[in-house]
Amino acid sequence: MNMMSATECLLQMCDEHFEMEDYQSGVPRWCTGCGDNAILAAVQRLCRDEGLRPEKTVFVSGIGCSSRFPHYMKTYGFHGIHGRALPVAEGVKMARPDLNVFVNTGDGDCCSIGAAHWIHALRYNMNITVFLHDNQIYGLTKKQASPTSPIGTKSNTTPRGSTLEALNPLTVTLGVQNVSFVAQAVDWIPEVLFDIVKAAYRHKGLSFVRIVQRCPEWLPQSLDPWLHDPQKVQLLNHEKGLQFSTGLSKVYKNQFEHDPSNIHRARELASSSDAIPVGILYHNPDVPCYEDLRHTGLLQTADLTRAGLNAELDKYTVWPRKAEAKVA
Amino acid sequence: MNQMTTQKSPKQAGTQASAPASPDSVTILKEHIVEIISDSGEGAQKCGQSLGSIAAQMGNGIWTVEIIPAEIRPPARSVAGASGNRIRIGSGYITNGGNETDLVVAFNEQVLLGRVRAKELKPGCIIMMESMWRTHADPKIAASYIETHDRLVEAGYKVYEIPMEQECRTLVSDAKRGKNMFALGMLCYLYSLDLRLGVDQIELAFGKKDRSVVDANVRLLEAGHKWAQANLDFRYRIPAVRATEPQIVVNGNTALALGIMASGMEICAMYPITPATSASHYLSEVFENVGGIVHQAEDEIAACAFAVGASYASKCTVTITSGPGYSLKQEAIGLAVMGEIPLVVVNVQRGGPSTGQPTKYEQGDLMTAIFGSHGDAPKVVMAPATIEDCFYSVITARKIAETFNMVVVVLTDAGLATSQQPFPRPMFNESWIAPPVDQSPVPEGAKPYDWDADTGLARRFIPGQPGGMHTLTGLAHDRDSHVAYDAESNQEAIHFRSLKLAALQKTLKAPAVFGDPKGDLLVVGWGSTKGAIEEAVESLRAEGRKVSSMHLQFLQPLPPGIKEIMQRFKKVMTIEGNWSDRPEDKVIDETNRRYSAVATLLRARYLVDVDCWSEVKGQAIKPATIRRVISEKLKQ
Repeated sequence: MNMMSATECLLQMCDEHFEMEDYQSGVPRWCTGCGDNAILAAVQRLCRDEGLRPEKTVFVSGIGCSSRFPHYMKTYGFHGIHGRALPVAEGVKMARPDLNVFVNTGDGDCCSIGAAHWIHALRYNMNITVFLHDNQIYGLTKKQASPTSPIGTKSNTTPRGSTLEALNPLTVTLGVQNVSFVAQAVDWIPEVLFDIVKAAYRHKGLSFVRIVQRCPEWLPQSLDPWLHDPQKVQLLNHEKGLQFSTGLSKVYKNQFEHDPSNIHRARELASSSDAIPVGILYHNPDVPCYEDLRHTGLLQTADLTRAGLNAELDKYTVWPRKAEAKVA
Repeated sequence: MNQMTTQKSPKQAGTQASAPASPDSVTILKEHIVEIISDSGEGAQKCGQSLGSIAAQMGNGIWTVEIIPAEIRPPARSVAGASGNRIRIGSGYITNGGNETDLVVAFNEQVLLGRVRAKELKPGCIIMMESMWRTHADPKIAASYIETHDRLVEAGYKVYEIPMEQECRTLVSDAKRGKNMFALGMLCYLYSLDLRLGVDQIELAFGKKDRSVVDANVRLLEAGHKWAQANLDFRYRIPAVRATEPQIVVNGNTALALGIMASGMEICAMYPITPATSASHYLSEVFENVGGIVHQAEDEIAACAFAVGASYASKCTVTITSGPGYSLKQEAIGLAVMGEIPLVVVNVQRGGPSTGQPTKYEQGDLMTAIFGSHGDAPKVVMAPATIEDCFYSVITARKIAETFNMVVVVLTDAGLATSQQPFPRPMFNESWIAPPVDQSPVPEGAKPYDWDADTGLARRFIPGQPGGMHTLTGLAHDRDSHVAYDAESNQEAIHFRSLKLAALQKTLKAPAVFGDPKGDLLVVGWGSTKGAIEEAVESLRAEGRKVSSMHLQFLQPLPPGIKEIMQRFKKVMTIEGNWSDRPEDKVIDETNRRYSAVATLLRARYLVDVDCWSEVKGQAIKPATIRRVISEKLKQ
């Protein structure tokens, strides 16, 4: 066993101690009042508190306002193509289970163009933390209705109001086999947002966090009724979920004790149309992760490859039969 | 009672067999093409594959081609339902499927009709038909059989009626399950092949099962051999020299999968699609033995994005697909090009466009491979020409992808995918596999895209490397990987990504010329047509015609020296399995004729008047067809 000197110990502690600045990169170019800023602050704090090594951390995103997220993190980032953040992140995680993998995706990215991957990512249940930045509108392309836009939303593609009921990301996720962690946060309660981000990160499996967020540019007043009336936010507390501070509870009196292991109750809460449920809706730590199921534990080496290849070639080899050849 | 109505004097049939054919009646052949066809599920494919393996073990050159119906279970006794195998057996090395069939064993007359109508059978060839249908309880079936039989005899085919069902029933209760081995035994006799090798094949196929299964099949094999010996009045031998080195006999898709294993790639992401899937099936079976993983994604886009993500964070990965899947992957391929992420994409081409002909041969995806994905997206494109190439191309592709941080597209086709050809057993070389993932700290001041001014090459930073943190983006970016909208950054980045192709081109060798380095006509081909083109060229050269051929393994970048080679010939033409307009059509002239893919590329790049001939009939182009095309071109 290697003994560390006191100096080495101190050096290592110092090395593993990170400040907020260690995760900050550039000045975010989101609009003032955009919910993305709140999410960025919560995530940077998470990285610092959990001491995530920046070089061992990857933020993967698709396309849209939210998907600029990795550029503002001083970690590795992958700002890919529209709708495909999840499969890219799955590839990263499969190849490198040692990395901390996060996904930032928007309501267009995840619930529309990338919807197929969303369903399957839940089913794979890889150890990835997914943030759905849901502002109910396409921002970067300048105001088109998204699948989560409330019915009647006036936008450039729905000038007379959108005609379809909004898709509910919570009920969708809770309907998928193998779902293991579903939570909902709102950008205007940073304390709870952080608690949820932390619980999501700590869950081993795919953690899906829908963050209801404001878009001050295209839907400036749409969430006002919820912002102005704390009763319209229902905090979910439980000893196995989140517990809220007294200060917070003074403002948000509408609280409900919900056991996050109860998926049926979670589905009911997710479907409720009056107050926005905020907290952990569902948590099952026992769902196996796809990467664990698939990795054989065999380390690829030249010897292993040679042995494996030769064993296969043996099956198809026609060996020369010298003795018989002579007879012939 | 079976009727042996044949052109040749038949012996008495079935159990009333008389003396065996005398050894001196053995006809020595240089080569023969044999087909075994049945309804789907009757085992003709297994019989054909076994025959190929036995012949290969005898030392014969072989090329096998699968005959596959488009449906899993087409109706029994249907013209379109023929399933089986076609084996070209020769004294020497065989490079392609050859021309028409010389001898066919058919389990019913309907599947046979399909082959006759497709003009796959040589006029007057030997047909060995299952005779049970003549006395079938359903008068319509019996009538259909008799009518077909009589017509074939009338048309000059040498028809032998074989009581396969009846003979098998003396040994097993369900002849459907064993007829193929009876046929194999019969063919072993006919081609003077060592029956013990047939027994080995059965051991290989059923060894894992119950001993009684093996024994029953061996009995059927021996019965077929014995019956043929007792009843047939002809016998062939295709002399062979046994190989002195070990050879492996696999099809192109298996070779691809073995190449992936040997290349040191660790992840293959795929989505099921014909005719690529069998490569993934096999890889799924064996990849884990060498620490690899096959991920079946939810769709083609996800498969490519998964591969891109895994490549970005680790070693180069591979995704395997066919035409429609390749179209779907385009955006993710463009992302890999933009982010300079190594990636190998295998496209086992099939007939297109759209769903096209899923099980059929075509070389229609070259332009998509080179020019696919929007914007300027330079990729390397390679095309294996043989089964052996399928193995080694993947290893080369992995290496190029990782050296140049590029996407390498490997274009095989449905023909290579399902054909078998022996090739020298590969000797594993440690240099084939990828080096370990670089996790060393990035030097101070190094940038994620430090493009080399001459080659465009840049070292990539892999997650886990301290100091290398940056965000890779599909947006235009500068050397720091920062999103850059300014004019100069975009110009610079596109310049360097393009330069890498030129840098690679400098490392390539000029293609070899088959035949004299100069002459009247140079035939250019790519991919699986190599064997057929060279066979045709060789036969014409033997007659004194001044024709040579050149085969391109790299299509993007094109290797150096091509123009010089072409200039030494009076005429140049390509022969390809994709579309080109026919000059004889009324509306077609030089201002609107669409040339075949490589012809277009060569004309555009070298300003040489390259002509082309092509067909898209869903089957490998036959050497005889190529011979005719070349002869006509030489006359012009």
